[in-house]
Amino acid sequence: MTLMWIPLLPLLGAVIAALTAHWGRTRCAWATAALPALALALILSLIPQLSETGSIKSTISWIPALGLNLSFRFDGLALLFSVLILGIGLLVILYARYYLSEKDSMGRFYAYLMLFMTAMLGIVLSGNLLQLWLFWELTSISSYLLISFWWHKPEARRGARLALTVTGAGGLALLAGILLLGRIAASFDLDVILQSGDLIREHRWYPAALLLILAGVFTKSAQFPFHSWLPHAMAAPTPVSAYLHSATMVKAGIFLLARLYPALAGTELWFIVVSSTGLITLLVGAYFANLKHDLKGLLAYSTISHLGLITLLFGLGTKLAAVAAVFHIINHATFKASLFMAAGIIDHECGSRDMRRINGLWKYMPYTAALAMIAASAMAGVPLLNGFLSKEMFFAETLEQEFLGSLSWMIPVLATLAGVFSVAYSVRFIHDVFFNGEPINLPKTPHEPPRYMKVPVEILVGLCLLVGILPNIVVGPLLNIASSAVLGGELPDYSLAIWHGFNLPLLMSLVAMAGGLFVYFHRAHLFRFQKQFPEWNASESFEMAMRRVQDAAGKLLDWLENGSLQRYLLLMLMLLILMLWPALTELTHLTGKRAHLPVDIPSLVAGGLLVVAGLGTVIYNRQRLIALLMLSVVGLVVSLAFARFSAPDLALTQLAVEVVTIILLMLALFFLPQKTPKESSPRRILRDICIAGLIGGIIGTICYALMTRELHSISDFFLANSKTGGGGTNVVNVILVDFRGFDTLGEITVLGIAALGIYNLLAGLRLFMPSGDSEGRQWALDRHPMILAVISQSLLPLALLVSVFIFLRGHNLPGGGFIAGLVTAVALILQYMAHGVDWMKTRLDIAYHRMIACGVLISALTGVASWLFQRPFLTSWFDHFHWPLVGEFELASAMVFDLGVYITVVGATLLILANLGQMTTSERPVTKEQD
Amino acid sequence: MLSWVLPVVFAMVSLALILNFWSLQAGPGVPDRTLALDTMYINSSALIILYGIWQSGSLYFEAALLIAMLGFIGTVAVCKYLLRGDIIE
Repeated sequence: MTLMWIPLLPLLGAVIAALTAHWGRTRCAWATAALPALALALILSLIPQLSETGSIKSTISWIPALGLNLSFRFDGLALLFSVLILGIGLLVILYARYYLSEKDSMGRFYAYLMLFMTAMLGIVLSGNLLQLWLFWELTSISSYLLISFWWHKPEARRGARLALTVTGAGGLALLAGILLLGRIAASFDLDVILQSGDLIREHRWYPAALLLILAGVFTKSAQFPFHSWLPHAMAAPTPVSAYLHSATMVKAGIFLLARLYPALAGTELWFIVVSSTGLITLLVGAYFANLKHDLKGLLAYSTISHLGLITLLFGLGTKLAAVAAVFHIINHATFKASLFMAAGIIDHECGSRDMRRINGLWKYMPYTAALAMIAASAMAGVPLLNGFLSKEMFFAETLEQEFLGSLSWMIPVLATLAGVFSVAYSVRFIHDVFFNGEPINLPKTPHEPPRYMKVPVEILVGLCLLVGILPNIVVGPLLNIASSAVLGGELPDYSLAIWHGFNLPLLMSLVAMAGGLFVYFHRAHLFRFQKQFPEWNASESFEMAMRRVQDAAGKLLDWLENGSLQRYLLLMLMLLILMLWPALTELTHLTGKRAHLPVDIPSLVAGGLLVVAGLGTVIYNRQRLIALLMLSVVGLVVSLAFARFSAPDLALTQLAVEVVTIILLMLALFFLPQKTPKESSPRRILRDICIAGLIGGIIGTICYALMTRELHSISDFFLANSKTGGGGTNVVNVILVDFRGFDTLGEITVLGIAALGIYNLLAGLRLFMPSGDSEGRQWALDRHPMILAVISQSLLPLALLVSVFIFLRGHNLPGGGFIAGLVTAVALILQYMAHGVDWMKTRLDIAYHRMIACGVLISALTGVASWLFQRPFLTSWFDHFHWPLVGEFELASAMVFDLGVYITVVGATLLILANLGQMTTSERPVTKEQD
Repeated sequence: MLSWVLPVVFAMVSLALILNFWSLQAGPGVPDRTLALDTMYINSSALIILYGIWQSGSLYFEAALLIAMLGFIGTVAVCKYLLRGDIIE
């Protein structure tokens, strides 16, 4: 359980940061720092347990049937990374307190930072690969928020987008890789995967899984050729850069490389891909770091280069190389974080990061300069500093490998070359900034920063020195436990001594030093050489590419979704034919064994009417009103058919829906042209006739085949349980309000949402209103004929009585809330038609959207009520009562639910129809004068 | 007696429906067609009541009632549309 709290505490910190923002900056910083500090203390308290068992697990089952658990796993590697994440995170919190200005929102910054910290801790502590991936994505998102913290700057927004796109795409590849890996190992559990290394490496999916996972790793860790997002992420505030690009975000990729090392490493493919990527990144990063004039740009490329170095070490695949990689992770995190912070101080105090302008700061801020110079020396690999030790191990390892046969000597040579560049940019950082004349044209006069801004740098630089001088004592145990977790147990012999005697690695270091100085002092040649190449800006190219993608997507969308309903229908019907055709051609016997019903005259006539009216609708399709009348006949005959074939519920519903539909269509018809011009070409009509005929034939065949067969569906269950389980004899209604009550609840919610959507679409819509009918006749002058008004008014109570009747008996006989609602709605619509909106408004002033909300709420609360009796949601209750005079009657909770349905249906129907009708009322000055 | 009256009446009402439909498609004016549709509603309720008598069920009466009411409202809507174009104003 303790493990769970470690990522959870920073998450709480995010909330606290947001809540305490108005307390002032210092208090907000303290309040925010408290929770990660607690998490760090928890981590440290777990160490004794760790040295006994090797790894600690904590699992909470979530969906055990699917093997999905919330699982945390803590081992040496997780320990190392958690300490880095939390330790450097705390220093960054302190540093950011002084770095951010009053204008920046402190609470927002800390909240993002804490969110990011949670995500990182989630990655390193996950005991399940899918869970790890989730946190991995969370780092992408939270880093997007952090990089774009200064969202008013376009470069920050662009940089953040680029970073999100690159790492997000990598994340998708990683997910694919993890899924493959999970299939190979038959589990996503980290322990299982780490144990089944041999199985994974021999599997035929191994290359695909490896390459996909590496795509995720390389994008996250800014490896060549995916490195371009990192320099652009420098638009973030410097505390973010110090955190993301020293210990966390980019190290997440490296972490995964280390985490899956026992499962994936050790094959030829691994060596080729990982080490060559690492080597290229190492060289490219180191080379470009020399060309940057921006202080943070230099550090960004240097980070890329060092990440390449670590990747290369993992790629070499020997045990010692893995140890060296882990060691360099620690060292790089410490010196790079302090360098970023120093760069931030310089930027903060000088107002510029351009190394051509900031010179000679030694005079202005000697203390900061001394700290930065030590950290830069560690980056260069100067003896007595931590960078020296791991670089020495790195050189030694490049000498040990023999992968390239007789060409193996190339790797140490290239490594030394990268060392030369690395020394050169480190020297540049020191010499250009702190010496080399006087500052040029700076907006401010530089001076030392506030006292506490230097504290994080001091701590980190102190660590660089301590590790460099007393490696065994300071970092030995941590390195041991982390490396053994990476290697899966046994550790090779290695020594962390400062002095190994005169050997080849030392010579390589010396060559790098001398070469670096030489390159630095002749850097003008380098700049001149680089100038011959066209300048390439990843962010701009990215934006261009994005715009092109957007354009292409827009064109594709226009082409696919061109607004022609006929076309959508055509595509869907074609798909239907495509899917049904093969199944139907396999069906050999069209007629089943069931006997036909005897034919009677009315059914025959009705069937004939149905066909003819259907045809009529098509034939008169360009005279809309007549087509509508034909359609009414179709609806009428269908209702008759429902009544004839023992489906009275359906018949009643169909009738009510029919009338509502006709009214709705007629309301819309008013705004449409009365006649449709002939638009379709003969060829198109022929095509449509063919498709319609085909579909009709297919559906007819299916219906015939189905109806002539004995069908055993689940209806027997409903018939058997309707009375005993739901307390009603009308099975249709019991299904609606009880068996499938949850569906009904969903449906009325959708109905309500649709009505509200229509209401919003119509609000403020102004349409053209014709002043006469299709034959040019003026509209009649009498708006509300008196006979209609009187008759409809007297019809209202009768209709309401019918609807109450239908509603009440719905549970046992045909009826129910839906039909009753429609009948009420239709009766009210009749009043609207007969008397007009204004008349109705004075008598029935109900906000229909509130009515919908009430209806849905009543239904939902009926469902919730069953919780009070410790029953599942929407369990219904019923009982029989006996009252004098009334006799025996039944009460069921389903009736309350049905009442909700009723209210929703009335509200939704009236909201749509009355509003559609209302659209014209306020806009008809001409007719008002005629009254 | 019902045994031979019912089939005859069924046949007559069915014939009436066919004639109604003929009038609906022939027109010539929209009022004629509207009237035809309204008569179809009336004949349909007659058909359903007949069916109820044949099956000795009272439920069909309600369906007929609804057809009558909803048919009336449908006709009102069409008439209002013909007169004013805008049925709710």
